[in-house]
Amino acid sequence: MVEQKDTYNYVLRLADNCLILGQRLAEWCGHGPVLEQDIALTNISLDLIGQARNYYQYAAELTGGEKSEDDIAFLRNDREYQNLLLVEQPNNDFAYTIIRQYLFDVFHFHLLNELTSSKDESIASIAQKSIKEVTYHKRWSGQWVLRLGDGTEESQTKMQTALDHFWAYAFESITPDELDKKIATEGIGANLEKIAETVKKEIESHLREATLSIPESNWNQTGGKTGMHSEHLGYLLAEMQHLQRSFPGAEW
Amino acid sequence: MNTIDLEKEFQRKLDAEEKIEPKDWMPDDYRKTLIRQISQHAHSEIVGMLPEGNWLTRAPSLRRKVAALAKVQDEAGHGLYLYSACETLGVERDDLLDQLHTGTAKYSSIFNYPTLTWADMGAIGWLVDGAAIMNQVPLCRCSYGPYARAMVRVCKEESFHQRQGYEIMLSLCKGTPEQKAMAQDALNRWWWPSIMMFGPNDADSPHTAQSMNWKIKRFTNDELRQKFIDATKPQADILGISIPDPDLKWNEKTGHYDFGAINWDEFWAVVKGNGPCNKERLATRKKAYENGAWVREAALAHAEKRKKKSAA
Repeated sequence: MVEQKDTYNYVLRLADNCLILGQRLAEWCGHGPVLEQDIALTNISLDLIGQARNYYQYAAELTGGEKSEDDIAFLRNDREYQNLLLVEQPNNDFAYTIIRQYLFDVFHFHLLNELTSSKDESIASIAQKSIKEVTYHKRWSGQWVLRLGDGTEESQTKMQTALDHFWAYAFESITPDELDKKIATEGIGANLEKIAETVKKEIESHLREATLSIPESNWNQTGGKTGMHSEHLGYLLAEMQHLQRSFPGAEW
Repeated sequence: MNTIDLEKEFQRKLDAEEKIEPKDWMPDDYRKTLIRQISQHAHSEIVGMLPEGNWLTRAPSLRRKVAALAKVQDEAGHGLYLYSACETLGVERDDLLDQLHTGTAKYSSIFNYPTLTWADMGAIGWLVDGAAIMNQVPLCRCSYGPYARAMVRVCKEESFHQRQGYEIMLSLCKGTPEQKAMAQDALNRWWWPSIMMFGPNDADSPHTAQSMNWKIKRFTNDELRQKFIDATKPQADILGISIPDPDLKWNEKTGHYDFGAINWDEFWAVVKGNGPCNKERLATRKKAYENGAWVREAALAHAEKRKKKSAA
């Protein structure tokens, strides 16, 4: 039996991925390689944080109105955050940002595709709204993977370096844990085993088309879903939450 | 047509309030003035993303965060329209960026001030966007068509930003004593720089007369500044915070607010590159451009490869 607590935690996973990645992309504002891409990066950030809000608002409902979307986003610590390790990784350069984005977007797209038929109507309707945006994100990051992978020698090297770095974080997304399995069985969450092959194949063939080589290691770093994060998340949250923490209870 | 006829035709259009379009003949100085003004305007939008971008990751609520993100995105969009408008005058965006990076082109001096607290996001929306609107609404009737049309789109979004900024100030002023103090402090720091956004006094403004004749400018700096102060004082009263000018008072005779002396030494120092953030802002833009070079080169190389493939 899926309890409300499970649904709540599952919704947080969905939300946290969007918020943390949106937060990372917002850091690019004003620093992009060309104005059009500055706009694209903030645009995707805006979409993702919008999606995060939808999930947090639903999560707030599940608490019976005890908490608001902002309480959930701003007053949880890093051990309570449940986002994938991938999305909390630093922007570094444009190649890192693109690889991280692409790896997430492909997973996100197929995840949402499953969630549109969730038995939980709120999750299904958020997924339906989000998938339009994520289709755009996937196209954007996919195109940049091609451009930079199959661009100049320098861009290819940078992309390969980024890919090698991220490979260990690439598939935590499709590695189900207890909660994922439980909630999928009830038809509320996505069946990750079902989408795993599709996600992997799509990513690998696209990377090859971009003339990048698939790293050999199959080791997956995991832990994000249960609040075991990299050292990066603490800083991100310290920055994000500092006003709410400094002025408890204030309305902004 | 010979030059005299061309000049007459140009003047006729100005007199008849007809728009000058990219392919029309125009005096060299008219073209140069517009390139200067529109490119500086575009640069201001782009550099202006930085002080506000500074608070995106720290916005205190998710609602404020998405609004702030949408706003800086609008600004980038304004930069794009304005670079396009400027390109209709026969310059390339890359050359304009080069002028920005080498310091030969200016941007609005206001963006050389730091955003120190969240309230600055409110003050910028309310005051800086408010002053920008005062400046820009008359530009919707500017004689150069592409600029006028760009301004129509820009002004719509700017007034939305201004309301958003004022709403941030309202929330702070209705909030805790700490929040209200934060709002007052932001007003104290942004008031005079906003007043300076209208430029030097009319007597010290070398381009004004010519720009008015060409119908690029419709009001003088001092006229617009006065309008801004008259409109803004009552808004500060509603917020319950005070404008940091002991000489500001209503003048029954003129029907306007009198106000204190502007620190023109500070203004010129900032314009000449010595404000609190000039060096940082420029360095940030240059770094973004230089760090992005490999991305732009890769995009070009990839497009070339594509072209060759589809030709083969």
